[in-house]
Amino acid sequence: MAELEAGATKGPQRPRPLSPHLQIYKMSLTFVMSGFHRVTGFVLYFGILLLAWWLIAAASGPNAYANFEWFMGSLIGRLMLLGYTWGLIHHSLGGIRHLIWDTSRGLEHAERELLALATIVGSISLTLVVWVIGYLAMGGPR
Amino acid sequence: MVEFTLPKNSKITEGKAWPRTAHATNVTEFKVYRWNPDDGQNPHVDTYQVDRDDCGPMVLDALIWIKNNIDPTLTFRRSCREGVCGSCAMNIDGSNTLACTKAMDDAKAPLKIYPLPHQPVVKDLVPDLKNFYAQYGSIEPWLHTTTATPEKEWKQSREDRAKLDGMYECILCACCSTSCPSYWWNSDRYLGPAALLQANRWVQDSRDEATGERLDNLEDPFRLYRCHTIMNCSKACPKGLNPAKEIATLKKAMVDRQA
Repeated sequence: MAELEAGATKGPQRPRPLSPHLQIYKMSLTFVMSGFHRVTGFVLYFGILLLAWWLIAAASGPNAYANFEWFMGSLIGRLMLLGYTWGLIHHSLGGIRHLIWDTSRGLEHAERELLALATIVGSISLTLVVWVIGYLAMGGPR
Repeated sequence: MVEFTLPKNSKITEGKAWPRTAHATNVTEFKVYRWNPDDGQNPHVDTYQVDRDDCGPMVLDALIWIKNNIDPTLTFRRSCREGVCGSCAMNIDGSNTLACTKAMDDAKAPLKIYPLPHQPVVKDLVPDLKNFYAQYGSIEPWLHTTTATPEKEWKQSREDRAKLDGMYECILCACCSTSCPSYWWNSDRYLGPAALLQANRWVQDSRDEATGERLDNLEDPFRLYRCHTIMNCSKACPKGLNPAKEIATLKKAMVDRQA
């Protein structure tokens, strides 16, 4: 240790670089699912705004509601609603996955991968189911 | 703090491509991170052609071969060459593992070799692990007792001893902690998977009499609860341990003791 310190006194030391991290680390399913959980959690804030708009429009009268209906019926509106549906379902399934893990179950390698896969497959298929049911209830796409 | 890009002095530039040695026909290409504290340059990635007919099968064999045959300045830590000491932990082919137990043929060529992620670099593949060791120290990894010391040893039943399986094997190589994005962004306050696995090793030890204090010490939004179950740690562990599970066990112990 003494030699090390003596060696370090020969001049001002250059600041050490930080080794690369995100740039080089191999993505894994559980890594990506953790990211999606955050992103969908963030999306839900905006979804709540949509929900609030809907309720306020409904309470404000026919004109306000017609505006809301027009926007949500547009392509952008429908895409936002689709994103919100997926975000809500994905975040909920992610929450269930975390509940399971919080009981310290499902943490072995194969189980972890299966739960992560189930979250994304489940959220995409449930979103489709909700939208198919929604369109059926409306009597087909309009 | 979350910072996705590297600071200016850490940006990686193109390095030197070393020619293959004479008579080498069966070669594997290596791309190795280099940084020299004395030459005033940014880190760069050098390319080497490893002669497979003259070299053992493991990544560590290749690094030693490069050092002996091409570039004696290549700097890395190694000691036991059998996965016991944890010295040669580094990022190989995108994942943290030990160079000595990773076969070259189990990775995609060209083999990309970096130091353990998001650590200050001392030189080339040698990271500064001061903070990591200090965090290990902070969990006080020794037996805490208040009762009088027995005349011979502290006894433990076979069943209680078995509770330490999956934890006592940890060699503190830092593969898990430095694979964890939560640790990358918050290593100043989050203890990281290795220190937490070790913390649980003492929490679960039937002979230890400071379980409550140990848990008190972890009851903190950062120290323990920055784990967001990304699971990179358990995937990386070269000893096949499951730090994510030990962290979950700790979180559960926190809840159980309130019941």
